[in-house]
Amino acid sequence: MSEQRQRVLITGNEATAEGGIAGGCRHFFGYPITPQNKIPEYMSEHLPPIGGVYLQAESEVAAINMVYGAAAAGARAMTTSSSPGISLMQEGLSYMLGTELPCVIVNMVRGGPGLGNVAAAQSDYWLATRGAGHGDGRCITLTPYSVQELHEFTAGAFEIADRYRNPVCVLADAILASMMEPCELLPRREPSPPERPWAVGPHDPAERERNIVNSLWVDHNLMEAVNLRIEERYRQAAEEITDWEEFGSDDPEVVLCAYGISARICESAVGQAAQAGVRTRLIRPKTVFPFPRAPYARWAERVERMLVVELSMGQFVEDVLLSVEGRCQVDLLGRAGGSMPTVADVVERVVALAGKAGGH
Amino acid sequence: MPKVVIDAERCKQCMLCVRYCPRASLRLSDATTSKGYHPVEQHDEEACTGCAICALVCPSVCIEVYR
Amino acid sequence: MAELTLVNPYPDALTGVEMRYCPGCTHGTAHRLVAEVIDELGVKDRTVAIATVGCSVYAYEYFDTDAVQASHGRGPAVATGIKRVHPDSVVFTYQGDGDLASIGMAEVVHAAARAENFTIIFINNAVFGMTQGQMAPTTLLGQKTTTSPRGRTVAEAGHPIRICELLDTLDGAAFLAREALTTPARIRSAKRSIRRAFETQLAGAGFSLVELLSICPQWWGMDVLEAIDHVEDTMIEYYPVRVFRDRLGEEEGGGDA
Repeated sequence: MSEQRQRVLITGNEATAEGGIAGGCRHFFGYPITPQNKIPEYMSEHLPPIGGVYLQAESEVAAINMVYGAAAAGARAMTTSSSPGISLMQEGLSYMLGTELPCVIVNMVRGGPGLGNVAAAQSDYWLATRGAGHGDGRCITLTPYSVQELHEFTAGAFEIADRYRNPVCVLADAILASMMEPCELLPRREPSPPERPWAVGPHDPAERERNIVNSLWVDHNLMEAVNLRIEERYRQAAEEITDWEEFGSDDPEVVLCAYGISARICESAVGQAAQAGVRTRLIRPKTVFPFPRAPYARWAERVERMLVVELSMGQFVEDVLLSVEGRCQVDLLGRAGGSMPTVADVVERVVALAGKAGGH
Repeated sequence: MPKVVIDAERCKQCMLCVRYCPRASLRLSDATTSKGYHPVEQHDEEACTGCAICALVCPSVCIEVYR
Repeated sequence: MAELTLVNPYPDALTGVEMRYCPGCTHGTAHRLVAEVIDELGVKDRTVAIATVGCSVYAYEYFDTDAVQASHGRGPAVATGIKRVHPDSVVFTYQGDGDLASIGMAEVVHAAARAENFTIIFINNAVFGMTQGQMAPTTLLGQKTTTSPRGRTVAEAGHPIRICELLDTLDGAAFLAREALTTPARIRSAKRSIRRAFETQLAGAGFSLVELLSICPQWWGMDVLEAIDHVEDTMIEYYPVRVFRDRLGEEEGGGDA
């Protein structure tokens, strides 16, 4: 068999859906919302012929609870949505945290708050990295910046969800969802999750006790024990899966901080800033929970200024601030509500910052 | 002769078995459970036919009927 | 002397954990009937119980089967997820009137419309029990609760919802019945309907629901026997006890027998 992967030109939505199938997902529950409708459409076409289940839920609330049930039954289950729909899923996610169940959710973020619009935004960063409903616990959150990464991160998210028994969020945006790029497709994996001795379903009572999937612990000591177990997994995850990429000058005057579609803009800005005579380096997280604090802390010792570029009025910037711990100045170029900075906007800010950094 | 065995400690004195016993063979006892209820007892064993209606209506699932 | 036989063995599908319900609360009766049916059908090892939110939140401690605790109202969605992964499992949700008829109305209606092949045991006692006696969507007009202290009025809170009648408009529902956990005869009838609901599921015929009119002496402000009489005298008048739909029976040609 040839190891060569099939290379296709597809949208981010299709790459995400095919990534789910490649990752072993055979149970998809969703509800239509722009700009991610191609994902449920793709799943409805592709899952049933390979023995999978596509189900259009009555709401995002129901969809995430179907995922909860399917995950409790041992399946690799997935749902996708966009910002308002993800808001509705918070309750279900909290239950999945409390019951320590794996699942994958994809958020193609759109402009908000409220009904907002269907343009690209990154204003659900807190929802993804701080959220997952009430209580402690968070979604492990991956931030792809290309169609290829949407495909691969979605596929890989199932392994991560299984390893840490925690929901994993793939956090992207309306542009990544809709844009077309070449993508090398992963082979479709058979659904082969690791042993799930905790899953419910038909069983031989000689082989195991009954299983209970539950997040009700009236005894606060038992409830705290669940929290400590979850926290320990996050500590492990921070060691094992924290991921980022650095790009640009080894001797930067300004460090650019961006993820997802903003990192694409910054990638171009690195080159154009160089032409304008300013050396920059981009640190692009591929995971934002766990957050790659180390590279930001490291470069904070060596530069005076960092510029955070994000499509929100300042969410991701807080993690950068926590990472640099005051060792350098952090500025924000934030656009909101679906508006985008141009490469020229970023370069202009970088040049200005470098000027200040140079003491002019 | 049929026999009714009541797990007195689980009885919560709801009186449903007393009401529905067709032979009126059950009543509240003077005893007190650890929760403070007076559990049901069978006071007329001769009357009991072992029909198990007491068990049928018992929400505490604390009545066994032998026959 | 003839050997005596235990005529009502404790159901294998109950754990034996003492139930935390108030004296006379018919949750215990409902649990026992469901467990007896699971035993009779021999499906304990493939049954998954969905506990929901309300007084029966601990149902997973009482049913000796696999179990999932669902959030308020979402039991039918969780059951859908499980059943779609394991079509050979026997899944039932156990929901009260707040859970099913208020916050979970969308989930139950759509599960029925999709003909999801699981069973719902719906406990209707016309009040929120666990949260201490607030008005439910099934609270009767005039009924006093802690949030309808002068009695429920149409002007303030509209009309009580009849779930079986509502679901009876949906083609996906295969078995629908309302029973009452009051007299011995009615409890026997309730068990027949519960059994029929599970048989409907085992036959793959679609959605099944049994509504059980139940008592809440604590929040009705009555003693147990008064509460039973209240169901008989008042509640059944608004919520008629009958089998609304029995698709298996229709297929067997027993519908008009």
